[in-house]
Amino acid sequence: MAAALLIDFGSTYTKLRAVDLDAAEVLGAGQGPSTVESDVTIGLEAGLADLEARLGGLPEFRYRLAASSAAGGLRMATVGLVKELTGEAARQAALGAGAKLVGTFAYELTGGDVAEIEALAPDILLLAGGTDGGNKEVILANGALLADAALDCPVIVAGNRNAAAEVERRLAEAGKTAIMAENVMPEFGELNIEPARAAIRQVFIDRIVHAKGIDKAAGSFDRVLMPTPAAVLEGARLLSQGTEGRDGLGPLLVIDVGGATTDVHSISSGASTRDDVVVQGLPEPLVKRTVEGDLGMRINAAATVEAAGVDRVAADAGLEPEKVTELVGRLVGEIERLPETPDEAALDRALARAAVRLAAARHAGTVKTVHTPTGPVQVQRGKDLTEVAAVIGTGGVLVHGADAGSVLEAACADAVDPLSLRPRAPRLLIDRDYLLFACGLLAEVEPQAAFDLARGGLDGDREEVAGERQSIA
Amino acid sequence: MTAAEAAGGSPHRTLITGVIGSDTHIVGTRILSMGLEKAGYKVVALGALTPAEEFVKAAIETDADAIMISSLYGQGELDCRGFRDLCVEAGIGGVLIYVGGNLVVGKQSWAEVEQRYLDMGFDRAFPPDTRLDGVLVALAADFSTRGQVEKEVG
Ligand code: B12
Repeated sequence: MAAALLIDFGSTYTKLRAVDLDAAEVLGAGQGPSTVESDVTIGLEAGLADLEARLGGLPEFRYRLAASSAAGGLRMATVGLVKELTGEAARQAALGAGAKLVGTFAYELTGGDVAEIEALAPDILLLAGGTDGGNKEVILANGALLADAALDCPVIVAGNRNAAAEVERRLAEAGKTAIMAENVMPEFGELNIEPARAAIRQVFIDRIVHAKGIDKAAGSFDRVLMPTPAAVLEGARLLSQGTEGRDGLGPLLVIDVGGATTDVHSISSGASTRDDVVVQGLPEPLVKRTVEGDLGMRINAAATVEAAGVDRVAADAGLEPEKVTELVGRLVGEIERLPETPDEAALDRALARAAVRLAAARHAGTVKTVHTPTGPVQVQRGKDLTEVAAVIGTGGVLVHGADAGSVLEAACADAVDPLSLRPRAPRLLIDRDYLLFACGLLAEVEPQAAFDLARGGLDGDREEVAGERQSIA
Repeated sequence: MTAAEAAGGSPHRTLITGVIGSDTHIVGTRILSMGLEKAGYKVVALGALTPAEEFVKAAIETDADAIMISSLYGQGELDCRGFRDLCVEAGIGGVLIYVGGNLVVGKQSWAEVEQRYLDMGFDRAFPPDTRLDGVLVALAADFSTRGQVEKEVG
C-alpha cells in the first residue's frame, strides 16, 4: 500500500490526515495542539502519536506534505496605484496565494501609511502600480519610501515593467530583498495575477516557513508547500476541473466559516449567463478567494449580527433579539465554546447562515438596472455565479454543526436580494473529513488519487448531511 | 503626404477612449479607437456606458496623455460637467481632454456648443461629422505645443 501523510499546521491545531493512495481512501486522522509559537515538533509529534494510536501503527509514507496557517498565517500587505485597478489586482493576487491581508494601500504612500506598514510588519509586501508603459512615478516613489522604511520583509515587485527594474535596484541598494514578478495588470483592465501568486508561494516556501520556525520539524515531513487557504483553493480547483481520466464537478463555490473570518473560494469564470447584460469593471479571475474579516462564529459573532441585522438573526434562530445580544456577548469572549443549550445551538445555526449568506453575496457579482433614455440596461459587476454546479462547505461549523445543508443553502440566490448573482440550484456538499486542504497538497504529486479522495469525502444529499455522521476529526 | 499622415501617432502616447454616462452608442468610439490605433497611438478603449470616474482611473493607471470622450445621446453636457475638476482632483489636471459626438440635444449653433465645452475645461470639442484626419492633426498639434517630451520606454 502506498500512503501519504498530509499535515495542516493550523492556528489552534496541528491536523493530520493519512491516506491510502491506491484505494484513494482516508486511513485515519490525528490531531495535536498548534505549537508553532514554541516548538512546532511538539504538536506534530502529538498528532502523529494520536494517528498511530488510531491506526495501530504508522504506515510507510511515500509523501509527507504540509500546509500552514500557523503563527498568524501568511501576513501580507499590498500596495497599488488606483485602488480599484492595480490596488485590487494586488489584493486578489495575495488572497489567491492564501495570504491573510493585514493592510491594503493605494496611491502614493503617506508617511502615516509607511509607519502603519512598519507597525504591521507583514511577512511579505506586494508592490504594484501602473500598467506596463503606464504610470511610473507612483511605484517609483512608493518603492523609494519602502526602501527607506524600517521593514525587513521581502518585497515582491509586480508593477509597471518600465519602472520595475529601477524599483528593484532602489530596494536592493537599501538592503531589502526584492523579488520581481510580472505586472499584475500589464494592460488596462487585464488581470495577470498568476505570476505574482507563484512568486508569493515561492517566497513562502523559501523564507517564511523558516522564519516561522515550521522547518524545525523538517525531519518529520518532506515539504511545506503552501499556506493552508491556498491548499484549500487548490483542492477546490481540482474538484472543479478534474484531472486526467476524472471529470470535474464544474464551476463551484467553497465556503469556510471560521471563528474570526469567512472565506469564500470560487472556481468559475463568472461570465454572464444572460445575453441582455453589459459587463463592467475589472475582469474576474477564474480562481478567486475573498475573506470577510467581519464575519465569523466567535470573535466576530457580534460583528456578524451587526452586519446581518439583529432582528433577522433573531427571527432565523427563533429567539428574542435581546436573547441574541446576550448570547452573542458571551460567545465573543469564548472562542472555543461549543453550543450547550438548544438556544445556543439555534443561535449558532443562525450565525452561520448569516455569515454564509453575506459572504456569498459579497463574493458574487451583482446585476443592476441603469436607466437610460431608451429604457433600462442591465449592468453586471463581478462574477455571475447563478449557474454554479456545487456549493461545498468546509471548516468546523459546517462540518460539525447540525443541519449543515440548511446553512449552506444560505449561500444560494434568494428572492429578498434579486440583484445578487448567487447560485440558483447548486448541489450542496460538505467536506466531511476536512480533506480539501489535504487534496490540494496531494494534487501536486498524485492528482488522480487526490481527486478521488476529495470526491469521496463529499457528503451529498441534504438528508445525509443533516443526519449524524461519524466524523473522523 | 497629407497632414494627417504627417501627424502619425506614437505608441508611447496613450489615449483613453469611451462613451460617457448612460450612453450606449458604441459605433463612433470604436471607429475612433481603431483609427487612432492604426495611426500608431496606444489606445485604451473603455467602450460604452463609462462613468466619468472610470475615465480618470484608467488615465491615472496608464499615465494617459489624452482622454477622448464620446457622447451621442444628447445628455453630454450633464455627463461632462465637472470632468476637468475630477482630473484636477485626481492629480492629472494637465491631461489633454477632447470630446466629440452629438454633444447637445437637437440642432444648435456649433460655435456656441463648442464654447460651452471649452468653458467646461475641454481642450477641444468636435462636431458630429468629424473625420479622423482632423482629430490626428489636432492631437499632433496639441502634443507638440505642449512640448511634452516623449516618454521613454524601457
Ligand atoms: C445607431 C443609433 C442608435 C442605436 C445605437 C446602437 C449602438 N449600440 O451603438 C440605438 C438604436 C440603440 C440608439 C438609441 C438611441 N439613440 Co441613437 N442613433 C443612432 C444613429 C442612427 C447612428 C449612430 C452611429 O452609430 N453613428 C455612426 C458613428 C460612426 O458616428 P458617430 O457616433 O457620430 O461618431 C463619429 C464622430 O462623431 C466622431 N466622434 C465620436 N465620438 C468622438 C469623440 C471624440 C473625442 C472625437 C474627436 C470624435 C468623436 O468620430 C466617429 C467616427 O467618425 C444616430 C444618428 C446619426 N446618424 O448619427 C442616432 C442618434 C445618435 N440617436 C439619438 C437618440 C436620441 C437616441 C435615443 C435617446 C433614442 C430613444 N429615445 O430611444 C437612444 C439612446 C440610447 C442610449 N442610452 O444611448 C439621437 C441623439 C440626438 C441628440 N444628441 O440630440 C441621434 C443623433 C438621432 C437623431 N438625429 O435624433 N441609437
